[in-house]
Amino acid sequence: MDLIAGHISHRFGTLDVLDNVSFTVRAGEVVAIVGPSGCGKSTLLSILGGLLRPSGGQAELRGAPPAGSLNPLTFVFQDFALLPWCTVEANVEFPLVHTALGISERRAVIDDALRRTGLTDFRGAYPKQLSGGMRQRVGIARALAVRPAILLMDEPLSALDSQTRELLMEDFIRLLADGSMGAVYVTHNLEEAVRLADRIVVLSRRPGRVREVVTIPMTRDERGDINARGKLLAIQNDLWSLIREEAIDAEREVQHA
Amino acid sequence: MLDRAPQGTQDEITPRPVAFRGAGFTPSAGRYSGWIALILVIAFWQLAGSAGWVNALFLPPPSAIAVAIYKLALSGALWQHLSWSVMRIGSGWILGTAAGVIVGFGIGLSTLARGVGITFISALFPIPKIALLPLLILWLGIGEEPKIATIALGVFFSTAISVYSGVDAVPRNLIRMAQSFNVPFHLIVRRVIWPGALPSILAGFRITASVALLLVVSAEMIGAQYGIGAFVLQAGNLMQTDQLLAGVVILSVFGLVVGKGINLLEARLLHWR
Repeated sequence: MDLIAGHISHRFGTLDVLDNVSFTVRAGEVVAIVGPSGCGKSTLLSILGGLLRPSGGQAELRGAPPAGSLNPLTFVFQDFALLPWCTVEANVEFPLVHTALGISERRAVIDDALRRTGLTDFRGAYPKQLSGGMRQRVGIARALAVRPAILLMDEPLSALDSQTRELLMEDFIRLLADGSMGAVYVTHNLEEAVRLADRIVVLSRRPGRVREVVTIPMTRDERGDINARGKLLAIQNDLWSLIREEAIDAEREVQHA
Repeated sequence: MLDRAPQGTQDEITPRPVAFRGAGFTPSAGRYSGWIALILVIAFWQLAGSAGWVNALFLPPPSAIAVAIYKLALSGALWQHLSWSVMRIGSGWILGTAAGVIVGFGIGLSTLARGVGITFISALFPIPKIALLPLLILWLGIGEEPKIATIALGVFFSTAISVYSGVDAVPRNLIRMAQSFNVPFHLIVRRVIWPGALPSILAGFRITASVALLLVVSAEMIGAQYGIGAFVLQAGNLMQTDQLLAGVVILSVFGLVVGKGINLLEARLLHWR
């Protein structure tokens, strides 16, 4: 199943946030969206996931979702968005309650999601008892439970410390390795984008327009190789040179807002 | 110029501890200090009464109040008055709370209900509800109904406000999360908004319990034969200050018991906080 951003524009009141953004996320593909602060990355993701109606253009799906997918477009949120009154297990179960899954099948799905995210031993814990990294793992387990076709990840690591970020990045790489799931990965962290994405959509300063689409010329497995680091760093530097001037302007704009 | 320490005497070279400056501004409730203070006040009050420092007619000592409560309990009058008050509070509180929760959720979830409801609540909330008792007597007769209706009205407004404030306070990201999983509206209300609003709703219960107590006493003073409010008024009219204060103590204990009940409810329902 492909996800298509078709000429998406959006404005909040008199503020133009996005202007004619178009690209396609093909089945199993990971597309990162980067750009200066305030360029509309998160707004674009909300539109792609159907949580925000665009002022112009539309998000479209092409092709059938994979068999058994309960929620083809599934978000992983920056702030985790866990229900604090529910245990880990109940949080993972939450998106399944209204589905047609029987109790035993639901149990199996929850067990599998908890196992894949290393949360089996924490199923009875409440979010307040968990570290930031573990909370985000619950968010990922909840997303996996509905067997998504495409994960919509809105800066999923930005609220975490660098060590936890590294560990979760390894988890993402592992979960996306078999190509059964695609992702749209919004980030301001170019290193994350370069490590995870197949293609990187670079947005311009507000109103966000597609400035460039950069393809990473190696598989994620190859990127783990020590010899690939120089090449990845060069891509990262190229991306930064694309964004830097506008990032400075955007920062000044925010400061003077 | 460098701020270099001079090579001086032994005192200047010997290290000294950095002075602690972080004390205070973290008050914590002592476990026993409140009870000790209460016992001391009661003891002083008793001493003042026993020593004849105050006229027992105006302020009877705690022992006289305790005896009055004991006699009231033995005679059955205490239970008679208390049961009438509890019945009125219970009925009025349940009615007012049920209506307040329904209207509060309506205001919290519907644009139309919010537009209409907030206007009415803003206009009617400041009215002292006891002022409506004569009107309610005209409408509902002189039985229990106007007293219960007065309490229900007082409880309704505070409950409605605390409920819609609670609904407003539920983090929007949790609602968006539920929507992103296509969770239907009724399940979002039941599993996200209701538990999210519960802290505010329970805080509202604490307020409405005291509002109900205040209104039951006021209503009973205006027109009732039985009830703690009526009992306190009769005792005052007869200058039976020990009986009067016995009624006040019973009201205080009742308020404490209700407060403890709400504490237990909070501990049970909000353990996740």
